[in-house]
Order: sequence, then structure tokens, then C-alpha cells
Amino acid sequence: MNMVVLFLQRAIVQGTPLLYGSMGETLTEKSGNLNLGIPGIMYTGGISGVIGAFLYERTLGVGEMPNAFLAIFLPLICALIGSALMSLLYCFLTITLRANQNVTGLAITTFGVGVGNFFGGYLAHFSTDGSTGVSITKVSDVFSTPLPFADNLGWFGTLFFSYGFLVYVGIILAVLMALMLRRTRIGLHLRAVGENPATADAAGISVSAYKYGATVIGGMIAGLGGLYYVVDYMGVWSNDGFGDRGWLAIAIVIFTLWKPDLGILGSFLFGGLYIIYLFIPDLSRSSQELFKMLPYLVTIAVLIFTSVRNKRDSQPPASLGLSYFREER
Amino acid sequence: MNNSIAIELKGVTKTFGSVIANKNVNLDVRRGEILAILGENGSGKTTLMNMISGIYYPDEGEILINGESVVIRSPRDAFKYKIGMIHQHFKLVDVFTAAENIVLGLDGAFNKKRAAAEVLEISSRYGFEIDPNKKIHEMAVSEKQTVEIIKVLYRGADILILDEPTAVLTPQETQKLFAVLRKMRDDGKSIIIITHKLHEVLSISDRVAILRKGEHIDTVVTKETDENQLTEMMVGKKVELNIERDEPKNPTDRLVVMGLDCMSRDGIKILDDVSFVARSGEILGIAGIAGSGQRELLEAIAGLQHIEHGAISYINPENGEEVDLRDKTPLEIRDLGVRLSFVPEDRLGMGLVGNMDIIDNMMLRSYSAGHSFFLDRLPSTALAEDVIDRLEVVTPDAHTPVRRLSGGNVQKVLVGREIASAPTVLMAAYPVRGLDINSSYTIYNLLNEQKKNGVAVIFVGEDLDVLLELCDRILVIGSGRVTGIVDGRTATKEEIGILMTKTEGAE
Repeated sequence: MNMVVLFLQRAIVQGTPLLYGSMGETLTEKSGNLNLGIPGIMYTGGISGVIGAFLYERTLGVGEMPNAFLAIFLPLICALIGSALMSLLYCFLTITLRANQNVTGLAITTFGVGVGNFFGGYLAHFSTDGSTGVSITKVSDVFSTPLPFADNLGWFGTLFFSYGFLVYVGIILAVLMALMLRRTRIGLHLRAVGENPATADAAGISVSAYKYGATVIGGMIAGLGGLYYVVDYMGVWSNDGFGDRGWLAIAIVIFTLWKPDLGILGSFLFGGLYIIYLFIPDLSRSSQELFKMLPYLVTIAVLIFTSVRNKRDSQPPASLGLSYFREER
Repeated sequence: MNNSIAIELKGVTKTFGSVIANKNVNLDVRRGEILAILGENGSGKTTLMNMISGIYYPDEGEILINGESVVIRSPRDAFKYKIGMIHQHFKLVDVFTAAENIVLGLDGAFNKKRAAAEVLEISSRYGFEIDPNKKIHEMAVSEKQTVEIIKVLYRGADILILDEPTAVLTPQETQKLFAVLRKMRDDGKSIIIITHKLHEVLSISDRVAILRKGEHIDTVVTKETDENQLTEMMVGKKVELNIERDEPKNPTDRLVVMGLDCMSRDGIKILDDVSFVARSGEILGIAGIAGSGQRELLEAIAGLQHIEHGAISYINPENGEEVDLRDKTPLEIRDLGVRLSFVPEDRLGMGLVGNMDIIDNMMLRSYSAGHSFFLDRLPSTALAEDVIDRLEVVTPDAHTPVRRLSGGNVQKVLVGREIASAPTVLMAAYPVRGLDINSSYTIYNLLNEQKKNGVAVIFVGEDLDVLLELCDRILVIGSGRVTGIVDGRTATKEEIGILMTKTEGAE
């Protein structure tokens, strides 16, 4: 029992960066932009948050407790700005200059990882204990403060109330985004832009504005995934520590058929698969590696399944990956 | 009903790079009037209308609405002046419902139920039939068009522009559409209709504006003109509008199709028990609503489509030998002289490679000839020059990428190449789609020439008038079944129209 609760709890923690990443990418793809720069943007979101947290911690004296508001606000705003700038770069290249989206996305990922490692390496110089990581323990403790009644509710509290606030924000955002896409006029217009920009344009919708808006906001949401991972979960930045979570987030978008509400379940499932090898007793070193393959096997299976099942309503946005130019002849 | 001017264009000019699309166009449309705009391909009809509806912005000149000069910079501006355009290629989102498409782009709260109710209200006023909650991808072409029209009416448009609305409709559907348009005209709306088809211009419009090479030639009152005068103004010279049709010379069976069944890629039966014979020296027309299985039929013959049941035998004209095409690869079928010149909706989709020049496209048929390791471009170059010459392809030279040619010229290159290979069976699907009168007649003449040479020609067309003038026999296909085979000399348009919509097979 205890093991199961612990596994589920870890799955949710592992799934949260994926939830933010996939949510951001879903919003972006709904506008017809296939942003393969998401791994880089999440990475940038992470390092920007770390920079904010690190600078704030430097202002604290030894043993001084951080101010909860500043400890959350500064890293949060830094992560949002960092990922927004990366997304803006992607938008400028693909929407304004109409560059190829795949190439641009991959370049942004490479660039984002480079930016992260550069600042990560730079900040590590200041570490007092001579380690190569950037430790931000005090801010991390604020971020990962569980809800007040988590401790005295037993397994129920562990499973539902033991997380930092970003987990709850992520779930609420996903539900809101699903409602927005399905029920509101903005959602209708955004879907129209991603499906058929020429139609949206002829209907008087500003295609560029929607594409910029969705991609930048989507990137900022994805950036929060990076922030959660390093600041809440890890509490320390180490270069290349983010793994391939960004790519998994993109796989989840396909897995959940571009539906943010399904994305909540999909992300937690993938989060669980990511760490299941730790919860199966007596695994040899080599079978551990086999279990680590699970998220990728599921992704491949999903891709096969969705390609074979040719249902019209579960297809990607029709203009995904294409740039739009009104006067094209 | 007053006859005041609703919209007026003064000296409108638009250029794309060095190409002049419209030059100093002066035009007016009155209230309660249907104005037809007539012109060949590339005469700038669509560009002109796109400027009124805010897709393009004119380089020079002004647009006046109700006598006031206005600036239309975007489709949103166009709505503001109550202008609505129904594009030739529908601007609809496939995965949305009719109602969602209709309210797209409007402000205010989004309420599916209320939108659906309002749509129904408009449809009943003008006599449309529509299900507001049906998704677009489940709709037939005429339904999609209805959605487009309701969309502009929903926005309260007073000036409606229709770009080739009848291209995709059966004769019956066209009549229905025209009835609706007349109703709107009597309602005081101004309607601009772009079309290639002269008889439609004469039957629906009050006045006709003729464009030629981007310039406005004249606007005439429909009642005071006729087909010959209109054609002359449009082309700039007298054109013989009759397609010659010789009696087939000793026709013999060339291709015998028996009980053909095919599945589409989605696993739906797209051809059902199709049987017919194509004879040498004869043009067999195929009529049917778009997507009724014409494409699959031709592809099955060419070996590109998997055949579930049935047989296709080819009778070799040299030795009378009968060959079953089912066992042959597309390459072997081609070598027998069965040629497919398929012009799908997107002209470059099949048959030509847009980024390659004319010479290399010629080579797509002959690349395997010769024994040298290197390519021999000389024969292809000669062929390219010959096609350009004979078919009057407008191109800077043979090295121009095909993508940069206009639609009509692309089609000439494709048809020219297939004919050059001296086929015994020539299949042409929509070879004149989107072509102007002059180019169309060039293609008809080419097909007739092939017929005289004893080729069995199969011609899939959309314009029934042309089918009736050109073809010796017409096979009508409806929902993948042969609903009738009629004599091209005696059949009427109505007869074919009824066969097209019939769902049961011929007796």
C-alpha cells in the first residue's frame, strides 16, 4: 500500500514538468506552430528560474529565512521572461520571417541547452563548497512547501496534498486551457488558425497575433515545467540534468491527441513510467535499463496507433508545421 | 428596388512583382443586380475581387462604397462595408461544424446553440437546406458552398462575391444556386459572380463585365449580347466555339473493363462493379460529381490502384492479343501504350515535379532509356522545345521550373508529354480544369487529333456542355457505380445530370 502511494506520488512529481511542457506545446501546436524548441525553452525556463533564485539567495545572510513572496516571485518571473524570450525568437523566425519550423525548433533546442549550460557553468563558479552544481536550497524549500494539512491525513494527504503549489497550478491551468479551447471564442479562433489560417484570415482573425500569442504563452507555460523541475524538485542546478523530458513532453501532446485535460493523465502516466524501475524490487542493472525504455516504447506504440486509426477528429491541426503568407499565389 | 450604385472601382491597379494583375480597372455594381465578371485565366478576375474583399490591397486607385471612398485593408474591413466573398476554394475549417464556421471571426460570447438557431433562421429565409451541427468534412461539396453563402449572409453582407461557384456543382445544384441568387438580388443585394461558363453568364447575370489581361474591356447588358460577342471581347479575337467531332473510324475494342471493384484508402468501396469498353478512334467521356470514383477508375487501369475484383483486358492493336492488366506493373502497362495524364485538383500533384524544369519533367518518362551511366538530355530537350512550340506554352524558356508556369501552361506540358509518347490509350482527367477558352480548345484539338490517329481516348470532364460536344460516348458514374452509358450525340444535359445523382447502377 505504502509503496503504491509513494509510487503514485513520485509519478505526479515526475509528471509535472511533462504536464507543463505538453500543455505549452499543445497550445503552441493549436496555432499551427510545431515548436520543437520546447526542450530548449524548458531548459531556459529552468536556468532563468535558477538565476532568479540564486541572486535572491545571495542577498540573504547566513541562517536568514527567505521571504516567501520574493522567493517565489523572483524565480517565477525570471523563468517566464527567459522562456518568453526564447519563444519570441522562435516566433520571429517562423512567423515573421517564415523560416522552416522544424529546423528553427531544433536550433532553439540546441541554443536553449547551450544557454542553460553556459549560465549554469558560470553560476557554479560562485559555489562556496567547490561543487559543480548551483545550490538553491532555501528557495527550493519555499517552492516545495506542501499544503498545510498534508501531514495529518495519512496516505490521502501524501497522495493529494504533499506537493508544491506548481503542481496544483499546472492541473488547474490544464483544465482551464481545455475549457478555453473548447468553449470560448478565443479557443475557436485559435483552432481555426491552426487548422486553416487562410480561412481564419478571411474571417477577419489576425493569424499572426494568434500564432505569436499562443506560441509565446505556450513557451512560458513550458518554461514553468523547467522551473518546477530544478527549483522545486531538484533544488540544485547541474548542467544537462534535465534529461529528455522536453522530448517526452512533445510525445505526450501526440499521445493525448492535443487535449490539455487528457494531458494531465498522460503526463502523470509518463511520469510514472519514467521512474517505475525504482519501484520494482530486485532489478538487475540491465533490466533497469529495459524499464527505462518504457516511456519511449509507449510513445512509439502511440504513434503507430494514431497513424493507423485515421479518425478525422483526432488528427493534428491541419496546418501544423506550415507558415502562412496571405498574398502567396 | 432602386438602382443606385453599391460599389465602384476607380483606376484600380495591382502588381505582383513585375506581373501586372490589374491595370486601371473601372467598374461599378448596382444594388439589386447580378454582375458577371468574365475573363480568361490570368485576366485578373480573382485578384480584383480579392482587393474588394480585403485579401489584397490595391497599389493604385480607389474603391467607393455608396459613393464614399473607403480603404479596405483586411477581410475585417470588408465585413464592415458589408462585403462578403465566397472563394473558389472554400475557406472552411474541416473539423468544425457548419455553425462554428459561420460564426468564426466574430466578436461576442460564443454560444453554439444560439449560433445554430440563427443559422437555421437564415437558411429558411432563403430556402437553404443545412444541418448546423454537421462537420464540414462530412459534407458534400454543394453543402459546403451553402455554408459559405450563409457565412457571408450571417455577417449581414449586402455585396456578395462568388468566385466560380458552379465549377463543382451538378446542373441541378447549379439551378438551385441560381434560384437562391435571384432571390437575394430581389432582396436588394448586389451579387458579383465570376465564371468561365458563357451560358451561365447569359442565364444568371443582368450585366457582364469583361476583363482581358488585367484590364477592364467593357461592361455590357446581358440581354443585348451573345456568346460570340462575349468571347471575342474576352479573347480579343474571334474564336471558333465549335468542337469538331468526326465519326469514329472503324472503332475496335481496345480496353475491356469487367466488374471492377476498388476500395479507397479509408476502406470504403469507391468503385462498385464497373464495366465498360473503350474503343480505338473514339473519345469516351466520363461524367460524374467530383470524387465519385473517376480518379480511382483511371488509376486502376494505369496499375496504380489495387483492384479487389474484376478484370481489365487490353487488346493489343498490333496482334489482337488480349492482355490482363491486373498482372502488370504500372511500368509494363505504360510500355503497352496506356498513358495516364492525370490532372488532379492540385495541378502539380501527379505527373510533374514543380521544382524541375520542363526538360527534366519530360525526362520523367524516359529516364530509363539508353545505356549510358549518365543522363542524355538531348532527346528531352528536343521534346520540350517541341511541346512549347506546338502547344504555345508561355514560358521564358525550357529551363524554367514548372512550378513557375501558370496553371494552363502546366497542363499543356503534362498533356503534351503524354501525347508525345504515341499512346494507344490516352486517359486525361480534368485536362482543362481552370483553363481559359483558348487553352481549352487547344487541348480539345489535341484529344481529337489522337482520336483520328486511332487512339482510345478516355476523357474525364466536369463541364457537361463540353462532354456533350466532344465525346462519342459518355459513361456516367455515380457513387462508384456506372449509372449509364449514353451517346454523346443524342444525350441531353438534364439526362446526364439525373444519371450523375442516381445511386443505383444501370440495369
